[in-house]
Amino acid sequence: MSESIQLEYTVPGNDFTRAGEASADLKSTLKRLGLPAAEVRRIAIALYEGEINLAIHAGGGQIRVTVDDHQVEMILTDQGPGIPDIPKAMEEGYSTASAQVRSLGFGAGMGLPNMKRYTDEFDIQSTVGVGTTITMRVKIG
Amino acid sequence: MNTGDLPARCGFRVLVPGEDRPIRGIFTGDLLSWAMGRAKEGDAWFTVMGNVNTVAVASLADCACIVLCHGAVLDSVAGQRAAENGVLVFATHLPEFEASLALAKAMGL
Ligand SMILES: Nc1ncnc2c1ncn2[C@@H]1O[C@H](COP(=O)(O)OP(=O)(O)OP(=O)(O)O)[C@@H](O)[C@H]1O
Ligand SMILES: [Mg+2]
Repeated sequence: MSESIQLEYTVPGNDFTRAGEASADLKSTLKRLGLPAAEVRRIAIALYEGEINLAIHAGGGQIRVTVDDHQVEMILTDQGPGIPDIPKAMEEGYSTASAQVRSLGFGAGMGLPNMKRYTDEFDIQSTVGVGTTITMRVKIG
Repeated sequence: MNTGDLPARCGFRVLVPGEDRPIRGIFTGDLLSWAMGRAKEGDAWFTVMGNVNTVAVASLADCACIVLCHGAVLDSVAGQRAAENGVLVFATHLPEFEASLALAKAMGL
């Protein structure tokens, strides 16, 4: 791969049947490009958690993925409520998910910790009332 | 142990058939982000959550199959998505612990 590949996805808010489509599409695209299975799995897990958070907590958002020879970068942007206390949100078990969303199996408060765990670089920028941007990078090879 | 052995060895019923896959381990639990973060590739996943999100997690985390316990139902959207994504789904009336134990014994764990 000499040039980088860009992929963009729009995640609808509060649609838990469709949420996961971007991650599934990225996973099959990366497999097709021949990336190593272990890295593809980590990327799919991290993006799924981010995608679900966009749907649940932010009323939807955008995902931009850049694939090049040495890394896969995922940037998730939303115009949702923002995260008032990022260190708290990063704690395992912290969740503001509603009872309805919990009844589907979400709300363990493990999504952000999983995203950090499965990526090589992880960054959150958030402003209350403006939105959140999460940047994740996974190194290849 | 392969997914194809589950009906004969553990008495699990096939809900969504698919390609035979080796089972490498077991993950038991219902919260999606715990499964996403802690299930290993090739695990048989024992849960009571039969919705489309379970199918998405099993597919993205490369689980060998889903085993729905306690007679929990797989909803129709989830069944369709599982078939499309090649996710095998089994069902049992056993509780999650007993079902996991049955597989663990059959695997000699
Ligand atoms: N994009 C976002 N916008 C606003 N708040 C967010 C966003 N992402 C996460 N949060 C906040 O951070 C908390 C922790 O997120 P995390 O993904 O770890 O857990 P969860 O989504 O609540 O549950 P789980 O991911 O385990 O199903 C959320 O409950 C929510 O309050
Ligand atoms: Mg989450």
